[in-house]
Amino acid sequence: MEFFSFSDPNVRYVVLGTLLLTGSTAMIGSFALLKKKVLVGDAIAHAVLPGVCLAFIATGTKHPIPLSLGAFTTGWLALVLIDQITHRSKIKEDTAIALVLSVTFGLGILLLTAIQHTGNAAQVGLSNFLFGKAAALVSDDLKILTLLSLILMAMVLLFFKEFTLVAFDKSFAQASGLPVQRLELLLTSLTVLAIVVGIRAVGILLMTAMLITPPAAARFWTHHLPKMVLLAAVLGMLAGLVGSFVSYMAPAMPTGPWIVITISLIAYGSFLLAPRRGLLARRIQQRKHQRKTLTENILKLFYELGEADGHFYKSRTLDTIRQYRPLPAGRLAQELKRLQKQNMLQRERAGWVLTTAGKNKGEEISRLHRLWELYLTHYLKIKPDHVHEDAESIEHVITPALAEELDSLVKLHTKQKKK
Amino acid sequence: MIQQADNPIVEIHDLTVSYYKKPVLWDIDLCFPQGNVIGIMGPNGAGKSTLLKTMMGLVPPDSGYIKLFGKTLDEVRKQVSYVPQKESVDWDFPASVLDVVVMGRYAQLGLFQRPRKADKEKALACLHQVGMEPLAKRQIAQLSGGQQQRVFLARALAQEAQLYLMDEPFVGVDAATEKMIINLLQSMAHEGKTIIVIHHDLQSAPNYFDWSVLLNMRVVAAGPTQDVFTPALLQETYGGKLTVLSKIGELLREQAWPTREPN
Repeated sequence: MEFFSFSDPNVRYVVLGTLLLTGSTAMIGSFALLKKKVLVGDAIAHAVLPGVCLAFIATGTKHPIPLSLGAFTTGWLALVLIDQITHRSKIKEDTAIALVLSVTFGLGILLLTAIQHTGNAAQVGLSNFLFGKAAALVSDDLKILTLLSLILMAMVLLFFKEFTLVAFDKSFAQASGLPVQRLELLLTSLTVLAIVVGIRAVGILLMTAMLITPPAAARFWTHHLPKMVLLAAVLGMLAGLVGSFVSYMAPAMPTGPWIVITISLIAYGSFLLAPRRGLLARRIQQRKHQRKTLTENILKLFYELGEADGHFYKSRTLDTIRQYRPLPAGRLAQELKRLQKQNMLQRERAGWVLTTAGKNKGEEISRLHRLWELYLTHYLKIKPDHVHEDAESIEHVITPALAEELDSLVKLHTKQKKK
Repeated sequence: MIQQADNPIVEIHDLTVSYYKKPVLWDIDLCFPQGNVIGIMGPNGAGKSTLLKTMMGLVPPDSGYIKLFGKTLDEVRKQVSYVPQKESVDWDFPASVLDVVVMGRYAQLGLFQRPRKADKEKALACLHQVGMEPLAKRQIAQLSGGQQQRVFLARALAQEAQLYLMDEPFVGVDAATEKMIINLLQSMAHEGKTIIVIHHDLQSAPNYFDWSVLLNMRVVAAGPTQDVFTPALLQETYGGKLTVLSKIGELLREQAWPTREPN
């Protein structure tokens, strides 16, 4: 746990660098996600490899400036290529992306293998570009990469409202007089920059995950874009922290997969647990609805049986109820017990009996059922034999306010007809 | 049958516009009178949306010019507001009703400035005008079609323009919303503003618009609605088959002929 005391300055720098890399990538990724331009990011990431290799061949060192320049150049070229292919031929964007991705990456691997076979000592560590290695970041790297990340974050904040409008409604933005072409150019350049920078931590092959997973996770927790971008940055940084920790504990391990596993777990957790939009929350909501439907149907049944033989407070057996509501006996008994706890029913020797509260509730549901049927047949003029099934579901949904509205509508309509 | 307007706020001369290299508007001459709610009607593919987009500078014309307030679009942008079709936007975007209306103020603000309190208050006032103020904090993903249209209208109002261009604002909108919107537009026209609306329902047009344009790739008729809405002119707009025009258009596109000779 020495790591977390951050007493070692090396550790501090690597952690800070990684946090900035992953954080800035997550922020830009939010806009890529909203503009549905994520696959293009994948192509850019793969196209970075030949750029890095060429820069190495040209300079003979792994100095961050030429490497980043090389990476940025080929990343941009890939974009231009995709754009040209899409506009000058019948090939659609996803095909163009796949083409450019595979060709540039293949070229990159060729170059990388050639470099590795030259035996030049300086080339060790170029393959870290594939999966990222935070621990391999030396002070020169960190200085440049930190600077670039900060520039990235600053630009996103500076142009936040412009990027938002262009992502949401491009034609309105253009009609409003915003320089949309230049803004898109800027956003694209920042995306390429974020990819070039983030690759040192996450690697080429997993770059797409770093772009989209943090904002995708953040989306589950908020509807407010500024909060979403901030949360994406925080989650990205959290994953980056785990990655740099692993890099510290096991220097041979690549950081990329660890960062991506962490952020993916966070994303899946959000998918399951987020309030209202999460899977768990929805299941709970569903169960609540099912329960409400079942209990109300039982009370309505009791009431209608009582109406039929003129005796509301007569005891009904489980079997009688099962005749009208075919359910497994155990399940039904459970619901009846629940209704007893809610003071809607009482247990007697041979069966179950309505309480006053239960009778009122059953009466209410029955009334709503009939009210809805009247609305459908009289107001919407729907055929009478179609309305029963409809009312069976809707009777549970009608709120008191809506019931009043329905009531007055039906009364008004009946009055008008009588005229 | 094209009538000239007395005090035109928009003048269009000899406008030809192509959509993916196929001409969709041929030699359009039009002018729109100030202080009116004006309807543009025509069948599908008539070029109505393209006309509006060209007026907003979103599509470049092959020939001709458009003058707004006697000037070019770039000179008077702040006076013109565009309300696109609501289908053009992804309503799952993380934003609230108020967020979208405040976007109408962005052009006024310029780069690097945050929306101020005055902007938010203006936005709320516009939401009040369209009856959506109570829903200011609601997520746009939860809105009905009519509510979405009201939000778009409020955003346009927030721009405080003199000329409004609306593309099919009443599609997928409930009757109450439609009524409310048209009343608002008519009161705006009384104040001297001009609203140009692409409309799809001929039944309601005579009640909504004082001035109408019947468009089918060319102007069939333009002028006061009662003069324009004759059976003969309507038949010419909606019934006429433009087979030759279509075929020429196809030829131009397939063989990449330029629509106008380069000067």
